Amino acid sequence: MLELIFLFFIIGAGTGGELCISHAMKALGEVHDFRPAALLQFAWRAARVGWMWVGIGLMTLAFFSLLAMLSMENVSFVVPVTALSYAAGAVGAAVFLREKISPQRWLGVLVVCLGVTLVWLSRR
Amino acid sequence: MSNSIKSRPGVHLKTFIFLLFIAFFAPVGNVMLSKGMKGIGSARTWEPAGFLHILVRILTSAYIWMGIACLLAFFVAYMLVLTWADYSYVQPASAFSYAVVAFLGFFLLNETVNLVRWSGIAVICLGVVIVGHTHPRTTEKS
Repeated sequence: MLELIFLFFIIGAGTGGELCISHAMKALGEVHDFRPAALLQFAWRAARVGWMWVGIGLMTLAFFSLLAMLSMENVSFVVPVTALSYAAGAVGAAVFLREKISPQRWLGVLVVCLGVTLVWLSRR
Repeated sequence: MSNSIKSRPGVHLKTFIFLLFIAFFAPVGNVMLSKGMKGIGSARTWEPAGFLHILVRILTSAYIWMGIACLLAFFVAYMLVLTWADYSYVQPASAFSYAVVAFLGFFLLNETVNLVRWSGIAVICLGVVIVGHTHPRTTEKS
């Protein structure tokens, strides 16, 4: 039961956080200059986007849930199981970021979820 | 649709290089965190009164900090790649790290990885390959 609660936070807060950060990154635009000074300037611009901080807060919650889960289960079980976020991520990207997700991508996400199910079953 | 992005030859190579960074730093970071948390003890036995003590032990663990450093490197690569590629492309494409983490868990942490788990990880990688054959970006450039 405790595992399911932590898994819920890892997937829910983690995916929500990534969507917020992706939203902020899209607003900032593509990075072309990879020199340290330019990257620092980019980081400063990113720090002034509100969605970035919401994303960081949610990802922090997901991170501590991951730590708790890793204290109970093997890393070869925990990390693959968190791939369940793919389904949540694809739906979130389509709904909130208005990304066009092709049938092929949906098929890939479905196959990933099938793999996660097998990993979950391997625990027994 | 931005055809200039689709036809630009450098975008796929750049995406591939950043996905390699993601597939390296994420699993190594997770293995470090696992090693650190196993030394602290199971969350099943954590008492609310002892939470501060556990937090101190987490924040003073060298493995945890090395894991955080690796995950930060992963995070920077992930953020940068998201500025030109779709989230729904980057997220599944980075799933190769699931296979890497299982190998590291097996070889470095002596974890038992049975046939069903290896099969599950192989299926996850198959899903990654399917997603990898779609174009990185489908939305307009902002």
